[in-house]
Amino acid sequence: MSEERNIIVGIDLGTTNSLVAYMGNATPLVIPGEDGSNLVPSVVALNSGEKDFAVGNPARKYLVETPERAVYSIKRLMGRGLEDVREELKFFPFRLSENLQPGEILRIKLGDKEFTPPEISALILRQLKRNAERYFGKPVTQAVITVPAYFNDVQRQATKDAGRIAGLEVLRLVNEPTAASLAYGLDKNKEGIVAVYDLGGGTFDISILKLHEGIFEVIATNGDTHLGGDDIDNLLITIALDDIAGDMRLDLRRDGEAVQAIRKAVIDAKIELSAREKTAISVGLPGNKKYEREISRLQFEQLIEPIVLRTAGPCRQALADAGLTAEQIDEVVLVGGSTRIPRVRALVKELFKREPHTEMNPDEVVALGAAVQANILAGGSQATQDMLLLDVTPLSLGIEALGGVVAKIIHRNSTIPASATEHFTTGVEGQTNVAIHVLQGERELAKDCRSLARFDLKGIPPMPAGLPRIEVKFLIDANGILHIAAKEQRSGKEAEIEVKPTYGLTDEQVENMILESFDYAEEDFRQRQIVEARNEAENILLALEKGRRNSAWNQLGESERKEIASAEAELKQTRTREDYRLMRDSIEKLNRVTTRLAELMMDSAIGSALKGKDMEQLRADGPAAPHPIAPAEIES
Amino acid sequence: MVKLFMAIETHIANPGKTAGDRPQCWSCGEPLTAGSHFCSRCSKVQPPQAVDYFSFFELPRKLNIDTNALEKVFYKLSRRLHPDLYVRATPQEQEWSLEISSRLNDAYRTLKDPIARTQYLLSLEGVQLEEQSKAATDRARQTGEEKKQVVPPDLLEEVFELNIQLQELRMSDEKDPEVIAQLEDAKKSFEAKLQSVHWELKKLWDHWDQLWDSNTQNDNTERLQVRDQMVDLLNRRSYMRNLVRDVNEALQN
Repeated sequence: MSEERNIIVGIDLGTTNSLVAYMGNATPLVIPGEDGSNLVPSVVALNSGEKDFAVGNPARKYLVETPERAVYSIKRLMGRGLEDVREELKFFPFRLSENLQPGEILRIKLGDKEFTPPEISALILRQLKRNAERYFGKPVTQAVITVPAYFNDVQRQATKDAGRIAGLEVLRLVNEPTAASLAYGLDKNKEGIVAVYDLGGGTFDISILKLHEGIFEVIATNGDTHLGGDDIDNLLITIALDDIAGDMRLDLRRDGEAVQAIRKAVIDAKIELSAREKTAISVGLPGNKKYEREISRLQFEQLIEPIVLRTAGPCRQALADAGLTAEQIDEVVLVGGSTRIPRVRALVKELFKREPHTEMNPDEVVALGAAVQANILAGGSQATQDMLLLDVTPLSLGIEALGGVVAKIIHRNSTIPASATEHFTTGVEGQTNVAIHVLQGERELAKDCRSLARFDLKGIPPMPAGLPRIEVKFLIDANGILHIAAKEQRSGKEAEIEVKPTYGLTDEQVENMILESFDYAEEDFRQRQIVEARNEAENILLALEKGRRNSAWNQLGESERKEIASAEAELKQTRTREDYRLMRDSIEKLNRVTTRLAELMMDSAIGSALKGKDMEQLRADGPAAPHPIAPAEIES
Repeated sequence: MVKLFMAIETHIANPGKTAGDRPQCWSCGEPLTAGSHFCSRCSKVQPPQAVDYFSFFELPRKLNIDTNALEKVFYKLSRRLHPDLYVRATPQEQEWSLEISSRLNDAYRTLKDPIARTQYLLSLEGVQLEEQSKAATDRARQTGEEKKQVVPPDLLEEVFELNIQLQELRMSDEKDPEVIAQLEDAKKSFEAKLQSVHWELKKLWDHWDQLWDSNTQNDNTERLQVRDQMVDLLNRRSYMRNLVRDVNEALQN
């Protein structure tokens, strides 16, 4: 077996669309799905048998026909709780589980079954994994996944959990604007200060980076994880529903199918208006009615102005945090589908006083950047050998102190990994536990910040109150995720830490979900078997082609050649089928009847260097499994 | 993560087999120079060491630093320590790289900013600066305890005036333009004072560095004087910045 590097792919798990990409020795490329498209819509549906899922394009029809079985934009629910999403749920046709407790992870109903957001994201990741495995003809188990830069710890952990449930080892979470800058900086060999403005389906990020000799150093980042194209869509949907209620006296707010049909129509209109000055929203309604409304680009821009302006504040704050003025920025890069809107581009030009770069595909650049990072983690290639990413944590980390006030211990925009050490003591004689409430955010009061988790430090040796000296170390790793370790210094005892994550899954829950997902793994397994068998079939057929051109072919008898031809024909037939066992049988058969041919070729190979090259070529082209007509591999 | 403590403890307790008195590289056995993050022969990363930020960057405890040179060293060390480069290394090396690079980042962040640098050096000298944070102020407000803070005596009158004006503004519904103008003036006055504090600090940094260069063995008193003057200035600076912040907040609302 040759010393091959494991394939590490880059994944953009987007609100609206997801992609998987890979960078070998050349430029990064997006890996297409079976249908040939690069984008996998982030839509998941449960079919009526409640056994199988549809993911991506096949799932979209469910949205309109049976919306109670489908879900889209699940990213907006990752790492969030009931209180966060009440507003959103008005527009989404999703039903939540009835008895959700405060602080508990959300559960969504598809048909009669319930799923948490990480499980649904895992289904999308699994589809991308399959696409990659089909492309490479071998297992893919490691990935870099992107997240919005402004995602908090809980949201990041949810993304990692989704990866695990999908059977992927997530080697790194990369911030989306940073990933985009990698793709941008890769071929340009850029130096200077770059601002990345990333407005996607559900999230907005602005990052300011310094590029110098291959180092991509984030100086400041800001954003809004609750702002994107979906908000524009929802605004238009509301207007349409109001129109319809007023003009046609039809209240369609509760009609899931109608709302989804309207949604599709307004999205089409929105996209049209990026290219045209005027268009019409046109929807077929129940009862053979029709809703039509003309809308001009000017009207559209007026409507969405408040939403677009919400991106200005974070931009100004990021500049302030970076200690820079707009003039000091060298380049501005646009990322995300929503940056196709002319008004958005105009605003970016106003804010940064220059024309933004638009030459990169805003839908693909994040995935390509993730692939670049994956390449760096895999050991790098000529293009990436000097590249290094230095990212920051977007939100300040703090502990709740007396009076409900937050004491900040790691400030926002600190380069990660970053750490801080704090000391605690007990308030009561013999106290063996200390509780710490950790939060993220910039506000002064705990109730205004995002609760990350409550840590219970247990096993503190009983002592008089105030005597124990508990040292707690907080470390934010390169993924932007928090780890803590605690130790009572007088006794030297390490405190046991129990983590109660807010809106998250415990390790045990994730483990269970991985086990459950083995039900779907059967299908995965079958798919992989088919892919691998097909690959082997290709290789042996290719080898046979070369064998025919070899002089050894002429040494075969007439009946032998007939046998080979018949086995070859059989294999060519079975390899198009979905039954991998049949394929394997045909491969075996062809193997057997070509044994003598292989031996004959071996004999003459020893004398000819050119022949050896052919063998090398064969070996290099296919998977690492030994070929039937190839030199014997000598195991050392 | 809990293992990290153990890692450091075992290293300090028994830092690997020693050749004579010096610790050895865990991978190739080459003796290590104290304070180095890597083995000079095989370049493998070594266990983290508990050194202060100045030592981490191999800098003397001086207050003027060439930040360009500092950045270069930061980049150079990042290229060898960042966790991204240890994805295929042993779990032990991964832990060490995580620990050391977090220290690298903390050290760089502290040394890069002159004020943070000064505060850090003073803390190494055993000085506790006053609790000037907004959180402490709010906490004090909540619990009714007295915040540990001293009003610089020469500012007493101005601060008194300012507090009255702030009070007035907060209490009244209409924004009296005269009070607003007074607050703007007060703000400008304090900002000017902050500027002169900065110049004075700069002189003290130079003085401190001079003492370091000339000789540290002699008379400690001069050094302690400079140290205490810096403490005073930092407290003064912190106090005035809080005032300016309060005024800005009041003016915005």
